Amino acid sequence: MTGLLGGLATASTAVHPTAADVGVFAVAAALVLAGAIGVVSSRNPVHAALMLIMTLFGVAVLFVAQHDSFLAAVQVIVYAGAIVVLFLFVIMFLGVDRRENIALEPLRVQRPLAIGLVLLATTGLLLLGQISGWTTGAPHVAGRAVSNQSNVALLGRSVYTTYLFPFEATAALLVIAVVGAVVLARRPSETSPSETSQSETSQSETSQSETSPSETEEGARP
Amino acid sequence: MSVNPDWYLGLSVVLFSIGALGVLIRRNVLVMFMCIELMLNAANLAFVTFARMLDDIGGQVLVFFVLVVAAAEVVVGLGIVVAMFRRRATATADDLHLMKG
Repeated sequence: MTGLLGGLATASTAVHPTAADVGVFAVAAALVLAGAIGVVSSRNPVHAALMLIMTLFGVAVLFVAQHDSFLAAVQVIVYAGAIVVLFLFVIMFLGVDRRENIALEPLRVQRPLAIGLVLLATTGLLLLGQISGWTTGAPHVAGRAVSNQSNVALLGRSVYTTYLFPFEATAALLVIAVVGAVVLARRPSETSPSETSQSETSQSETSQSETSPSETEEGARP
Repeated sequence: MSVNPDWYLGLSVVLFSIGALGVLIRRNVLVMFMCIELMLNAANLAFVTFARMLDDIGGQVLVFFVLVVAAAEVVVGLGIVVAMFRRRATATADDLHLMKG
């Protein structure tokens, strides 16, 4: 946090933010941090997912504050609307929506070690960023972000010209992810022969030729 | 003019740290996944801030790609969790010791 205070001192040379800007940032940052701490510390996974929504919403507000309205909308729709709902669906589907004892930790050293390492890394990063001035790159390499055109137009033109190949690769990635999810979500006895049910699977495969398929399917279900 | 970018980057560092801490200390696989999402969001916030600092649209495009990759990652990851739960009936990372001799 010392880095942040130093950043405030150097900000006097830039255009001064209005009180409304500072207020929006403070509220959104409080939302983000409270949600993040809630995710880490809540005992119930459902509460953790709801806290995650709070964090994502705060990040979306920070996107809007930086004049990035399209990504803020995508953040709310895709993250809060799709990904967290998927999380909640899996939590309910598995029936793990009960409290767990987070005080229990089998490895005694792990928790203090993790906290110490994370604190060290955070302090180091903040100090390093403050010393180096955070950015050292060349400005507007991939095109300007601020112009008289709208944010969506700039983003769309960049995605479909400069970043066309990564965009197509993303499409392939999504198809692979869907296929992978379908393969993973199938019944284990039908897909991957495990070390425990390997003999059963081979038996059911041999019996499949003798009996009718519907009967085998009934028997293979656990 | 918005708030000084340093503040956004500091917030992003803190958010990433909380996410990393969650992955390290939590044992529930689903909560660990949510903490990974926290870290991805911290990276997104940093990208958007860098895009503003350098006046470069590339940072915003990268956030777009991170969103897509995060969606794919969650789909596959939750598929793995469901498959694991079917075999072991647990969502705790400590109970997964199949490779242990």
